[in-house]
Amino acid sequence: MIQDLLIHLVFMGYAIAFMLGLATLFTWVERKQSAIMADRIGANRCYIRIPFTDIKLVAWGLFHGIADGAKMLLKENFTPTTYDRFCYNLAPWLAAVPVLLVFAVIPFGGTLVPGNLLDIVPFPHLAQPLKDFFGARSYQMQVARLDAGILVVLAISGVGIIGTILAGWSSNNKFSLLGAARAASQMISYEISMGLALISLVVTYGTLDLNEMVRYQSGILYGALPTWGIFMQPLAFLLFLTAAIAENKRVPFDLPECESELVAGYFTEYSAMKMGLFMLSEFIEIVVVSALLVTLFLGGYNLPWLTDAGFAFPNGATWAMPQPAVVLLQVLTFTVKVVLAGCFQIQIRWSLPRFRYDQLMRFGWKFLLPLAALNLVATVFVRWMNL
Amino acid sequence: MNKDYWNKPAMGLWERLYIFEVIRGLCITGSVFFGNMWKWLTLRKGALTAYYPEEVRSDYSPNNRGRHVLTQRENGEVQCVSCNMCATVCPAYCIEILSTANFDDVFHPKAPERFEIDYSRCIFCGFCVEACPEDAIRMIKDIPDFPAFDRDTMCAPLDLLLNWRPTRDPAKVYPTQPQNGEVHPWAA
Repeated sequence: MIQDLLIHLVFMGYAIAFMLGLATLFTWVERKQSAIMADRIGANRCYIRIPFTDIKLVAWGLFHGIADGAKMLLKENFTPTTYDRFCYNLAPWLAAVPVLLVFAVIPFGGTLVPGNLLDIVPFPHLAQPLKDFFGARSYQMQVARLDAGILVVLAISGVGIIGTILAGWSSNNKFSLLGAARAASQMISYEISMGLALISLVVTYGTLDLNEMVRYQSGILYGALPTWGIFMQPLAFLLFLTAAIAENKRVPFDLPECESELVAGYFTEYSAMKMGLFMLSEFIEIVVVSALLVTLFLGGYNLPWLTDAGFAFPNGATWAMPQPAVVLLQVLTFTVKVVLAGCFQIQIRWSLPRFRYDQLMRFGWKFLLPLAALNLVATVFVRWMNL
Repeated sequence: MNKDYWNKPAMGLWERLYIFEVIRGLCITGSVFFGNMWKWLTLRKGALTAYYPEEVRSDYSPNNRGRHVLTQRENGEVQCVSCNMCATVCPAYCIEILSTANFDDVFHPKAPERFEIDYSRCIFCGFCVEACPEDAIRMIKDIPDFPAFDRDTMCAPLDLLLNWRPTRDPAKVYPTQPQNGEVHPWAA
């Protein structure tokens, strides 16, 4: 019992640290990547001076995240005269919390057997207390193991929009209200295509459990390709990517907060850390969307041919690895994949211009939705014929 | 509703499919990114911009005159006679001169005690150089380079203007100083 609690506390701590850490990292990546793409140098003015010396640690501008946080925490918290103070204060939390919750169902590693964690250590008597404490318990590396994981993802990420709408409505500002209205309509038009893309994925994998999905993706297709979602369902991958970026309210679909038209959109009237919460939730959402992309389409924590026992190559060769090494490799694989997927999203954000509002609606309803439906029909057909 | 715009984009099927053009755009930005990244990783500079003030741009025009110097006489004294002509002609009113008198030096009884150019206001028009009757102020091929958090610290005092890049003026010949007992011709 106490062992379960301990392990799950560790998982929770890891999940939150993973999201917040990567979100802070992505604020830096976004600045630097856009700068390098545009032949610039990028943020590099923040430094930490080593005390009593003149040595300034710049670290390629990595401290800008800390500076941002400190600035937003110390700024004046300006509150507009709004008619609904409660909703105004509630909105940032409603925007940020669901984003954090989505990660609960995402598996960030394979099976963890805590008793075997110290097997690498050459002295068995050091590993013995851990073995005695945990016994033969094994855990999926996931905060909440739910059978209907993918439905939970859809449900909770749908809640996030309430924070946006509430922020726009309670700010008593026309720009905010316009942004919120845009966010709502955009959300409706893209959730449907996203859901249809996910249903075709569910049909392919035959399960709603994210863990099972990842396990399915550890197989081999045609002898060489891993059975990753991107190879099984390439169209669904594109649709999901598009819908996820639209859900994230980032650049080709950043109509709810477009600076050139709506000041800052739905969080125009927010300042200090309340604004920071909206910004942070946007960057956490990059992490979460990347994690979802990785879990659903890019094989999750799987490397090709890596199983819980070690590598098993298609030519029959195997390379057994101790359990801690496999766990570490899986967690590392997941992290690297998430970072790469996030960088790809940032690349998209700095490459594409924004849609006009009517273009966005036409794109969502007349292009993505039929395509997602067609994809679903084709998938069902293929599945039914057992092709 | 369906108004025809003069700049309506003529899109074929390829552009209309959107995804291929998106991939093309991503390839363009990606190639720029990886090209620049490769330069950074191989310890070269992968950016067109320059660090200021740590780094000096190499692409200033050869005609650029961005910094004043005060010339010196043979003996190292400032050549300026503090006639105030430069301060008068200055359109930005950024030159301030405080004179001092030295009657022992009969040729130059007036000299600046303080000579300050406020670089936060200077517009680098060069009128002061044109106005100077003594060729005491010149502009050189440089930049003012006064990055500061405070406007008050952007003034260049006399010391700096003399010693920034000391410039003698050997072409100018002066009569020798009057010796003991000798009377200056003008005084006679």
